[in-house]
Amino acid sequence: MREITYSQAINEAIREEMRRDSDIVLLGQDIGVYGGTFGVYRGLCEEFGEDRVRDGPLSEAATAGFGIGLAVAGMRAIVEIEFMDFSPLILDAVANQASKMRYFFGGKVKVPLVLRMPSASKLGLGAQHSQSLESWFMHTPGLLIAMPATPYDAKGLLKTALRQDNPVIFIEHVRLYATKGEVPEEEYSLPFGSARIVREGSDITVVAIAMMVQEAIEAADELEKEGISVEIIDPRTLAPLDGETIVESVKKTGRLLVTHEAYRTAGVGAEIGQVAQEGAFDYLVAPIRRVAGKHQPIPSGPLQDEVFPDRDKLAVAIRDLMEEG
Amino acid sequence: MTEQAQSAATVSSDQALAWFRQMVHIRKFEEKVVELSGRGLVSGSTHPCIAQEAVSVGCISAMSAEDLVLATYRGHGAFLARGGDPKAAMAEILCRETGCCKGKGGSMHLCDPDIGFLGTNAIVAAHIPIASGVALANQLKKTDRVTLCLFGDGASCEGAFYETLNMVALWKIPVVLVCENNGYAISVPTKKSLSVPEIATRARGFDMPGISIDGNDIVEVYETTRQAVERAREGGGPTLIECRTVRWERHSALSAGFYESREERKRWQVVDPIPRFRTTLTEEMSISASVLEEIEQEAGEAADEAAEFAIRSPFTGTAQLEQDIFA
Repeated sequence: MREITYSQAINEAIREEMRRDSDIVLLGQDIGVYGGTFGVYRGLCEEFGEDRVRDGPLSEAATAGFGIGLAVAGMRAIVEIEFMDFSPLILDAVANQASKMRYFFGGKVKVPLVLRMPSASKLGLGAQHSQSLESWFMHTPGLLIAMPATPYDAKGLLKTALRQDNPVIFIEHVRLYATKGEVPEEEYSLPFGSARIVREGSDITVVAIAMMVQEAIEAADELEKEGISVEIIDPRTLAPLDGETIVESVKKTGRLLVTHEAYRTAGVGAEIGQVAQEGAFDYLVAPIRRVAGKHQPIPSGPLQDEVFPDRDKLAVAIRDLMEEG
Repeated sequence: MTEQAQSAATVSSDQALAWFRQMVHIRKFEEKVVELSGRGLVSGSTHPCIAQEAVSVGCISAMSAEDLVLATYRGHGAFLARGGDPKAAMAEILCRETGCCKGKGGSMHLCDPDIGFLGTNAIVAAHIPIASGVALANQLKKTDRVTLCLFGDGASCEGAFYETLNMVALWKIPVVLVCENNGYAISVPTKKSLSVPEIATRARGFDMPGISIDGNDIVEVYETTRQAVERAREGGGPTLIECRTVRWERHSALSAGFYESREERKRWQVVDPIPRFRTTLTEEMSISASVLEEIEQEAGEAADEAAEFAIRSPFTGTAQLEQDIFA
């Protein structure tokens, strides 16, 4: 099968859907001929024109509001937020408007809106350009949330996001954009709420999100040599969350470790751990562990490595867990 | 002749009576809501638009049937002025299953897309970019529909307002932004919250027209909005209209009414748009008082009927609880 990058996969999904659906409009900053901050939209403005690939001012809050308005009026907007760190600027539009409007209007409107935003890490960009803030959105009812870790998942999930009528938070990762993976040329889409078992194993379940999927694979390769069999699950979407796949895996292995780059405190790992405990308490032979971002502002420079999880920290935690129970 | 009577001279008596009827219907409806709130029948709080009827009726009557309207939590008047069903509105305010939003929105969330009313919003200024996005959709689809967005003086202090002014002016979006300046936040008067005496002057910084008018003069509200709508429809872009008005008593049914000094009350009585327009109708347009009394009586009965309908309707049941979260 051909291989393309994560960035190309997203570009392809949008290009194909824009060809199919003339109601799709892109809003954001530097998205026109420049192609988006990370080049994800390269070539789209040339193909679809400035009306549909609409460069706008640095006004994230209003841009998100415009996206909702387009959606309510029967179109479909994709709003790009340059870094997920800027998503606090659109929180009202997401948490009070897009996610609740259909409900408080008794089903009289639909809000087909995709908010794309990349998280970042380890780029030396410091406290305001290195965060993963998915738990803020997961805390809000009325949203769908995707956080793909591979080009294949990115394209398939984005296709689904663009063919349904609810607000979607689509979280990409800056360090994944250049990674390559197999993506079929033929049409496909992936359902939300269906986790991927990245690797089967029998001793411990590792639920890994976004960048941490690859780190988990590398840790598992190393641990395999020591006779530890790691099962890795990528939830792919946080809302809905495929709790069933996680619970079934924990019933099999008896151990769970959740890993993400986002801050550990009240992070998605806390929710996933609780779901597993409620569903598989009697099967657990060791406490549920988290290997996540340190709960503090992220420094710039080499010091940043201290706050982010990586395969080495994962391997240490997994070995520890294997000694318990 | 007063200035108002002069402008009214261009208005037909049918149009004038329709305005009077709508304003009185809204007044009676809101008085009924306040009464029901006092009886504990309204869920949570409610934000009456009493004394601001000329704004919603005046500007919405300048829109065509295909145009679109968005308003705020103080938006019962806008909903009714757009032709919303008073029974469905009252039932919504009382959280009954017959409400226009199935009783799940409540007083602050009325909506009826079938009449081009895309809802009232309870986060100050949040709907200004949303309304402008609706207008952008119509611009892109090359319809000639114009979107009207009503908001209060407080919204003009929010960031979403300024971001949106820049974008609608830049893109010549067919939206008419109507600011109902009633002079107060919950308690803070605009002289303590605004750096300028007139909100309309905010438009200048964005190179778009801004005009400040007497929001309790329905003829002026109508005429100003009509021109702005025409301009937007012809591709001339947005207009900011500030309607100076007053608010009755309190911010909401749950707020304290401490600012209601005798002077304030007196001022409200002087500028109340309904008796003021009544005088225009009887003195300048020779409409008989009995016709107006009949309208007032009808309006009172309609409000009673809406209340009875709502009270008779069952509360929205648990079958609805988890409906309409996702499409």
